[in-house]
Amino acid sequence: MSYPEELREQAREIMARYPVGKQRSALLPMLHLVQSHDGYVSPEGIALCAELIGITKAQVAAVSTFYTMYKREPTGDYLVSVCTNTLCDVMGGQKVYDTLREYLGVDHDETTADGKITLEHAECLAACDYAPVMTVNYEFYDKVDSDQAVSTVQALQNGERPAPTRGARLCTLKELSKQLAGWGEDRPEALADNAQGDATLIGARLAAEHGVTAPQIDPATPLVNKENS
Amino acid sequence: MASAPSADVLAKLTPVLTKRWLSPEAWKIDVYERLDGYAALRKAVDYHPDELIAFMKESGHRGRGGAGFPVGMKWAFIPQNDGKPHYLVVNADEGEPGTCKDLPLMMNDPHSLIEGIIIACYAVRAERAFVYVRGEAIHAARRLRNAVAEAKAKGYLGQNILGKGFNLDVVIHSGAGAYICGEETALLDSLEGFRGQPRLRPPFPATHGLYASPTVINNVGSIASVPHIVLGGADWWKSLGSENSAGTMIYSLSGRVKNPGQYECGMGITLNELLDLAGGMTDGHNLKFWTPGGSSTPMLTAEHADVPLDFDSIAKAGSILGTTAMMIFSDQDCPVYNSYRWIVFYAHESCGKCTPCREGNYWMTRVYRRILSGQGTHADLDTLLDACDNLLGRSFCGLGDGATSCVTSSLKYFKQDYLDYIEGRRKPLLKASDLVGAH
Repeated sequence: MSYPEELREQAREIMARYPVGKQRSALLPMLHLVQSHDGYVSPEGIALCAELIGITKAQVAAVSTFYTMYKREPTGDYLVSVCTNTLCDVMGGQKVYDTLREYLGVDHDETTADGKITLEHAECLAACDYAPVMTVNYEFYDKVDSDQAVSTVQALQNGERPAPTRGARLCTLKELSKQLAGWGEDRPEALADNAQGDATLIGARLAAEHGVTAPQIDPATPLVNKENS
Repeated sequence: MASAPSADVLAKLTPVLTKRWLSPEAWKIDVYERLDGYAALRKAVDYHPDELIAFMKESGHRGRGGAGFPVGMKWAFIPQNDGKPHYLVVNADEGEPGTCKDLPLMMNDPHSLIEGIIIACYAVRAERAFVYVRGEAIHAARRLRNAVAEAKAKGYLGQNILGKGFNLDVVIHSGAGAYICGEETALLDSLEGFRGQPRLRPPFPATHGLYASPTVINNVGSIASVPHIVLGGADWWKSLGSENSAGTMIYSLSGRVKNPGQYECGMGITLNELLDLAGGMTDGHNLKFWTPGGSSTPMLTAEHADVPLDFDSIAKAGSILGTTAMMIFSDQDCPVYNSYRWIVFYAHESCGKCTPCREGNYWMTRVYRRILSGQGTHADLDTLLDACDNLLGRSFCGLGDGATSCVTSSLKYFKQDYLDYIEGRRKPLLKASDLVGAH
């Protein structure tokens, strides 16, 4: 497989973000870039990273095999991740995962035959106040139960894109991987998509409802006692 | 229906970092500026960088990433006039189970982090900053990238910022899924393009950090608090918290509570007060055990529900405040199962570099499976404690130390629960067949 010049140019753009001589820092974003093209970290992708950065394929593979977001097999359009770490597990997350595994007929890190869904169980996704948590291409589907998880996945398989509870409207995993490689969101409406739920705002809302504020500040307060300095 | 919190407890809510979250467009720079955004930066750059560092020390501000290390002291460790490039690295790899305060901040108020970064870099004289965002936090990363672009367009980043002759570029660097990369030196290795394995210290990042250059690594909340502290002053920040724990903290409640979520309060509030704010325990659930700061902090019980949640008081109670990731469990939860599932996590996330952690967590998962499938023995409890003894203080980094917390604390407070499985009084949670085969 040969990569288009555009992709090589993008890889060089990534390297230019880091200080001269420190191009190896580009490796993680570059592997996301390769995934955006191939849908997984392919041997050719490893070779490309090695060539551009100037390290060996073994060194690249050592990195790509360390991180869970780099997939070793081709993925589907949508990566469905279910947190099964302790808190989400006991709040129903394990049941959600088991239900999806049965419904889809695939296990962890496997992709459905129609190429639509890759399933995985995940560790803590930093959304514990919304347990149990599921993500699709890393956008949040908070407080999901087994039925909701199945209907979300059914919708995806039917070609629909149900909106996340928090996060941008969906795109394919390959498209998302380009953002992981460091590119900004080029869909302005996606950038504006909801980032808040009740749990996020509850403390601030309670305070506002009851007229509770932090003690007033005087922004002119000096930072240094100038008399003594 | 949840009972309304008492007036006394409501008065403890102290929205500082979370206040702008109520403005759903605060992630846009024009809205941010209307909400006092970048006023702190303008104020800060009127001072000499050394004065800012002294100020940060005076404020008593401690790190929000779990260790609570004084922020000003960390900044002061950077050697100045050394001819080396300095770096600021923001640890946005929020992954400690139970922790969920940094992602909402980055999604809803990304400019507060950017502004804090600029002030910090001005102070320590860094011209490059990297925000290492965990890969999964894509909406946070996209809002941060947008904020960087907006800040650059307005001249808050780039060359000769605010005409003060200092330059700064910020790179938002997405990780790729590894809890260990939240450990500061493993983060640095990952940022340099390697497997995320921790480094030997000394030397410390302050002198040999990113690219072997002087580096400050701070948590998202540590840096995002800086603009507020600059505007309000040191005395104000200290007045919000308790002795030795200045300022506010975003307390994240999850689990068996009616209203889980983010409650920003002055440091020193208690669990009972937070439960009051959160509408109390879920119906039918009575508090049995909880973590003050995530799975890596020893669990506490109902007897600790009135201990002030600040660094010193929780340490005295035998735990660690950590990231105020308060997972609340009830009499319907099993401390043995929970500990097992956390050890599975640590075993999975262990980088493999050091024998105690790599082997210790691997074998502890198997001992737990034996216990939970009704085939445990009394000797298994000694084995667990012995494994922890080989991990705590003997691992290469804090991941190994943290793994022991749930084991030793659950055995301390809930030994009977373990014995109930071993002595056949409790039905096994796992099937014996789960013991077979590699995980």
